[in-house]
Amino acid sequence: MVGLRFDLRDTPPGSATLRAELRAFLAEQGKDWGPMERGYSWMGFDRAFSREVGKRGWIGMTWPEAYGGAGRTALERYVVLEEMLAVGAPVGAHWIGDRQSGPLILRLGTEEQRREFIPRIVSGELAFAIGLSEPDSGSDLASLRTRAEKVPGGWKVNGRKVWTTNAHRCDFAITLLRTSPAPDPRAKHQGLSQFLIDLRASGLTIRPILDLVGEEGFNELTFDDVFVPDSLVVGEIGKGWEQATAELAIERAGPERYLSSLPLLTAALEDLRAEPAAAEMVGRLIARAGTLRQMSLAVAGMLQDGQTPAREAALVKDVGNDFEQALPERLRDLLMPGRTPPEVLEMQRIMTMVGRSYSLRGGTREILRGIIARQLGLR
Amino acid sequence: MSDDLRAILLDQVEKLLSDAAGPDLLRANERGEWPAALWEEAEALGLPLALVPEAMGGAGLGWGDAAALWQLLGRHASPLPLGEGMIAAALLAAAGVAPRAGYLGLAVDTAPVVWGRRAAALVQVMGETVALQPGPATRQGRAGFAREPADAAAPGVPVAEGRLPPAYGPEAGMLAGALLNAARIAGALETVLAMTVDYANTRKQFGRPIGGFQAVQQLLARCAGEVAVAGVAAGQAGRAADRHGLAGATFEIASAKVVCGEAAHAGAEIVHQVHAAIGFTDDHALHLFTRRLWEWRDGFGAERVWARRIGEAALARGGAALWPDLITRDHGEGEQ
Repeated sequence: MVGLRFDLRDTPPGSATLRAELRAFLAEQGKDWGPMERGYSWMGFDRAFSREVGKRGWIGMTWPEAYGGAGRTALERYVVLEEMLAVGAPVGAHWIGDRQSGPLILRLGTEEQRREFIPRIVSGELAFAIGLSEPDSGSDLASLRTRAEKVPGGWKVNGRKVWTTNAHRCDFAITLLRTSPAPDPRAKHQGLSQFLIDLRASGLTIRPILDLVGEEGFNELTFDDVFVPDSLVVGEIGKGWEQATAELAIERAGPERYLSSLPLLTAALEDLRAEPAAAEMVGRLIARAGTLRQMSLAVAGMLQDGQTPAREAALVKDVGNDFEQALPERLRDLLMPGRTPPEVLEMQRIMTMVGRSYSLRGGTREILRGIIARQLGLR
Repeated sequence: MSDDLRAILLDQVEKLLSDAAGPDLLRANERGEWPAALWEEAEALGLPLALVPEAMGGAGLGWGDAAALWQLLGRHASPLPLGEGMIAAALLAAAGVAPRAGYLGLAVDTAPVVWGRRAAALVQVMGETVALQPGPATRQGRAGFAREPADAAAPGVPVAEGRLPPAYGPEAGMLAGALLNAARIAGALETVLAMTVDYANTRKQFGRPIGGFQAVQQLLARCAGEVAVAGVAAGQAGRAADRHGLAGATFEIASAKVVCGEAAHAGAEIVHQVHAAIGFTDDHALHLFTRRLWEWRDGFGAERVWARRIGEAALARGGAALWPDLITRDHGEGEQ
């Protein structure tokens, strides 16, 4: 048959205990989270919160204990992620490091890099950003032009990166840069390399970009002869494309791809008791959420088994994005100013706006569907 | 049943169906011709009694195995009323009545009985009461979309009667039927997706296969998403029924029926759009599958029926319980 396989998985033994700890922790931490915090969820940035999460061993859970990790399983990590996302916790300060920068450094970094970065990601101390997109390179990522030239002892970087979420608040960014010209226009995936960039390096200007919600969520990074030492090259020079696509596959695999707007449904449920038309729509949304959760869990299981479920992750992200974008719109039909509490209406508005990013970040809907179409055998 | 045994069984059924089923048989079905040869082969494999405990002459399959088998049946557009017959025998046995050989027609409440005119006996499920009645049912008409015979179970004096154990609950007939239809939808969607990918790769316009156009690729990728969602929902429902019993799996079965019903709509819409006019003809086999997708999403409770059930329960429980309730369904997490 065409299509992809998703084998059903179970959450691991002991999940109930882990969840109970998380729920107690999140209830305490989240006392004062308002619609804005919950609406931004994993784009929200709160270092104090992340350090508390780190203290409890919930960052880098699957990483080797030698580097400060907890040596736990991908499915246990999944339990932590979904509990955080389900309440819209502001996980942005440790999210990227936990999800992709840390795994990348562990997989391809030098021993020195692992010792330097991993324990500080685990403690919630180091915040990472992702430096992929550029002003002229979005979906066509390999066309990027920010370049690193070899100089004695390191590399000199010039160019610009954009949409770098929270870069102005982060410590490091893993960037994809051009280290040699593409041999010809059809081979632009060659000559790219990944670098760890210290976001306080001299010659680097970070300009926050105001988003449509009115928040400074993302940034423009301008590199003007920024020196990056050889010790901050990640993996192999020239292998950046393969490394970054593997990283993107991991980025797409998590439950954050369907849960972004669930806190709105949670917040709205009491009010919807007064709305006769609500039961059917609420039921449809919950039915789908439960199914998407199983798909997400299936992908986590594949990661646990050591597979690289890149295409499965693309599909789950696509159907998940559809759901999380539809949810605020479906609720709009049921909420009623005057009856619905103002904070629920406010959250609905925020998610209507933030929701535009769901099907853009980490690969647009169209790019993901292109990946799925190729998997189907369409050319 | 172990995964290995399940795979062997599914292989056997797949072989049976790929040899015997197909558009000609489906068209004959729709003309009212009973698929006698195929039914006999299914009986020879012991399939109609597959869900009946071994002690009562069956194979002792679980609901999860059944859902996998029904998904396979759906891939072939379910050319015989095997799913209904399996449920009838299973509920009869669960109510303590030994099932008899031959096709057992399933009559849930007052719904029509598929192929009731060919039933050796009828199994009438009313709440927790299961009654075995003499067959066949009164010839009545044809199901709306699928055009298969759908007959009336005449109320008569039961040959035998029993009560379902509590784990089946008062809606066992509807729940088992909803699981059947969800699984069949998931299977039929796999087939129409494959047919449509194949068509898109062969049909040429503007000098190249239409599958090379991004507009078509985007549609089919979305279809593949719905196919995957439906498969997971049906599998999850079958697994839950094994673990918690039919009544205990009401949430998962309801979810599967909702999600698969929505997927049936989205999938059928896309595969027809890509096939364009040829898929709108009687000659083409596509409608043999898509009409059944529409039939099955209506049968045993449409999306709105089950969605309302889920929604009403969630509204009564309130926001604080929404996420914990979803997780409590996990294996081994209910005790926290």
